[in-house]
Amino acid sequence: MEFAISILLSGISVGGQYALIAIGYTLVYGILRLINFAHGDVFMAAGLMMVYLSASLPLSVSVPLMVILTVALGFAIERIAYKPLRSAPRMSVMISAIGVSYLLQNLATYVTGGLPQMYPSIPGLSASVTIMGATTKWVTVVTPVLVVILVVALTQLIDHTKVGMAMRAVSRDFETAQLMGIKINSVISATFIIGSFLAAVGSVLYFTNYRSIVPLSGAMPGLKAFVAAVFGGIGSIPGAVIGAFLIGICETIIKGSNWTVFSDAFTFALLIVVLVTKPTGLFGEKATDKV
Amino acid sequence: MKKTNKRGSFIALICVILMLALVVVLENTVPFTSMLFTVLKKGAVYALVVVSMNLLNGFTGLFSLGQAGFMLLGAYTYAIFTIPSDVRDSVFYLFGGSALHISFPEMFESVFGSTGVGGAISLILGVLLALILAGLVAAFFAYLIGLPVLRLKSDYLAIATLGFAEIIRAVFQWDKLGPVTNGANMLKSFPSFTSFNLKDAGGHVVLRLSTLVPFVVATLCIFLIVLLINSSYGRAFKAIREDEVAAEAMGINLFKHKQLSFCISSFFAGVGGALLAMYSNQVQAKVFTAAMTYELLLIVVIGGIGSVSGSCIAAFLYIAASEWWLRGLDENPFLGIDAPAVFRVGLRLVVFSVIIMIVVLFFRRGIMGDRELPDLFRRHKKAAKEVAK
Amino acid sequence: MSENVLCVEHVTMQFGGVVAVNDLSLEVNQGEIVALIGPNGAGKTTAFNCITGVYEPTNGKVDFMGAPMVENFPQGNMKKMYLGEHNGDYTRKLNPTPDRITRLGIARTFQNIRLFSALTVFENVLIAKHMRARQNFLSATFRLNWAEERRMRRETMELLERQGMTHLKDERAANLPYGIQRRLEIARALATEPKLLLLDEPAAGMNPQETQELTDFIRQIREEHNLSIFMIEHHMDLVMQISDRIYVLDFGKLIAEGTPSEVQNNQRVIDAYLGVADDAEN
Repeated sequence: MEFAISILLSGISVGGQYALIAIGYTLVYGILRLINFAHGDVFMAAGLMMVYLSASLPLSVSVPLMVILTVALGFAIERIAYKPLRSAPRMSVMISAIGVSYLLQNLATYVTGGLPQMYPSIPGLSASVTIMGATTKWVTVVTPVLVVILVVALTQLIDHTKVGMAMRAVSRDFETAQLMGIKINSVISATFIIGSFLAAVGSVLYFTNYRSIVPLSGAMPGLKAFVAAVFGGIGSIPGAVIGAFLIGICETIIKGSNWTVFSDAFTFALLIVVLVTKPTGLFGEKATDKV
Repeated sequence: MKKTNKRGSFIALICVILMLALVVVLENTVPFTSMLFTVLKKGAVYALVVVSMNLLNGFTGLFSLGQAGFMLLGAYTYAIFTIPSDVRDSVFYLFGGSALHISFPEMFESVFGSTGVGGAISLILGVLLALILAGLVAAFFAYLIGLPVLRLKSDYLAIATLGFAEIIRAVFQWDKLGPVTNGANMLKSFPSFTSFNLKDAGGHVVLRLSTLVPFVVATLCIFLIVLLINSSYGRAFKAIREDEVAAEAMGINLFKHKQLSFCISSFFAGVGGALLAMYSNQVQAKVFTAAMTYELLLIVVIGGIGSVSGSCIAAFLYIAASEWWLRGLDENPFLGIDAPAVFRVGLRLVVFSVIIMIVVLFFRRGIMGDRELPDLFRRHKKAAKEVAK
Repeated sequence: MSENVLCVEHVTMQFGGVVAVNDLSLEVNQGEIVALIGPNGAGKTTAFNCITGVYEPTNGKVDFMGAPMVENFPQGNMKKMYLGEHNGDYTRKLNPTPDRITRLGIARTFQNIRLFSALTVFENVLIAKHMRARQNFLSATFRLNWAEERRMRRETMELLERQGMTHLKDERAANLPYGIQRRLEIARALATEPKLLLLDEPAAGMNPQETQELTDFIRQIREEHNLSIFMIEHHMDLVMQISDRIYVLDFGKLIAEGTPSEVQNNQRVIDAYLGVADDAEN
């Protein structure tokens, strides 16, 4: 029983962390129809920045500073690597995304010298707590709550603000939105800023759990979060969140069994099953191609 | 028109023979420890793998990221079927010996003998058979994987193939399959490129052929790919790349042709994976990551999407730069500049990724665009003619 | 003589709750040039897509050369949502992919030109020959199909000669002027050796002189290739000049059919094109 609860708890917590990354994927895909392969690496970079910032600054300064820097990174990536390719074929943009991912990983290797870095322990999050007999860290409890708050805030933003309306319009029809006078570039930037912000928050939660950061730390969570986004129906925020929680729970169950080798493979198997049986995911909309 | 075509093939044939001869001469005159041979061997292997990826991504327009997975299948198939029986148990010692007891070279040795010319023939035939089987296994898996995923649209296809590669990697690391795959441990002691060096009775190397082997295999495979691309099927692939709806309206069965391209590309990726195993003397599943596929994809982009010769040039350049020319960036005094804070492990790859980003953003057509080497000469001739007029 | 080539029977195409084509029935006979006209958004191209396998119709049937080719009936969610008529008349699901339909002998062009733009004119046409070849990928790779390949190239050359495009054969399709692109698309469709040719707005964007040339061209290919032609067109000059019969579609429904002069004088057609002052009638 205790074991079951602890697995469920950590599943929900991992799922929540994936959810925060998955939203970044789903927002960008909704607007640019681009799998932002670099998003997972932005998440990793956020973790590394925290390691270096907290070494010299108190947490109260380093956390906000890290969030700002991550947002700036996301913004800069879009401006430098994706914006010049706006009219290029989709494949070029995807290749550019892969290039950015490769660059960030290599930069991380260079900066860290290839050695795993220890994430600072954050008082409050790293402390232990016992729930129904299962001992876990506070972060496990905080994550789902924080995710729900952020998602609600985000849906409010999208449904009730001008930026949100513009984002919805652009995701419906890129060209028409542009003709209607929406400043496409600022909307896209806003999307990347929101995505990076959530990834930064996610990184704090995730790396408090898995404290060692290597340059490839972002790749797997990134891919899994993307799968979550597809699973939930790409473009749909609630879909991404539900997908992420499901994947997080399934993954911890598999990790708890003796099929550990397949914990990553499972996610992809799920992805393929979803793509083949219901490519629009749980909450996606069907689109008919015009000939 | 016909005549120039024939003359072109003739010139190409001569160039290839000269290139192979040069490789043999170089290897037997330049000290074999030179980095040149690392570059040539690995470059040839990469050239094949990159061209096979280009067949799929550049010529058929299918954005697949499963290349590393198919290379893994090829590498393991090759290794499993060529490890000599006397060392099998020591390789698989963690799993109490190997479940399979077939070694192709030994199979032929029982026919041709294991020494002298007979031994050489057995080695060549055994390795050849294993390479073909490596390709076939990769192609077979590609066929199975293709059934569900080739119906997906571009970016979904990319992520699904990437996922399959990860699944394959996990399966090969699974300890339950240990007696076959050796789990997460490496496979070794199978025939490698250096096994092809000719030795005299005393065991001294008489003639080095270890660089020739990957060159011959890669050249042959790339030649086949070029023939395919220039055939009616190649045209159908390009039609699919240009416009799927129009291609279908021209009577081209989309699924069948995509499946064909996917399997053929994977076949050669499998052969390339086997060659990579021969190059590095070992196989381990953890090497064949998504990062490897990304690297290959970026080489395709540097060479030019849709250009075979571009892919070959880019493969050699990339390997030369990463293994040789820019190696120094990772070590302090670089070109006499002493700056230990700058020149340390990882700088090479950073410089590399920056170059790649520059190519991706500003030179989107890569080195060759979608042209081939002969096109360049043709253009020169045309220009010369116009000047003469 | 008046052998039936294409017979569309009660075809309905419904997207979600929108009926794009409603109970469409029409026929094209051997050697005829038939036009499908109607205001923008009437469902003409959708009708084409139902015939060529791009869409599967929600309900109805299409026969080609007397044999059933496409057939469908409302299934799944559509059972409840179906708004059209003749529900239950059809019970078979038959929807071949577009390439199979092309193989049967229906070729088409597209409203917005879809050439293989990076390939040459010659390659564009040559690709259409791929489908009828007997080679497989091994024989093609190892050049065992050289006789067939040579025949395909020869036939392509002959076709280009007849279209007067020989001098353009090594041009990239994307570099051609618009009018030539349209003709190349038709040439490419002809290379599939069709019995029926579907043209989707062949004269779109052409000036009167180019339209006149196209009119002659369509007549010419009908004679040379023994074709039946079914086309969507907005240029009334062209339509009235060469059509044997005309069907008029409005809001997905057939509102008139007949010879050019009959259609020209049909009140419903005039209303559809010019609009009816609804309140004036009341």
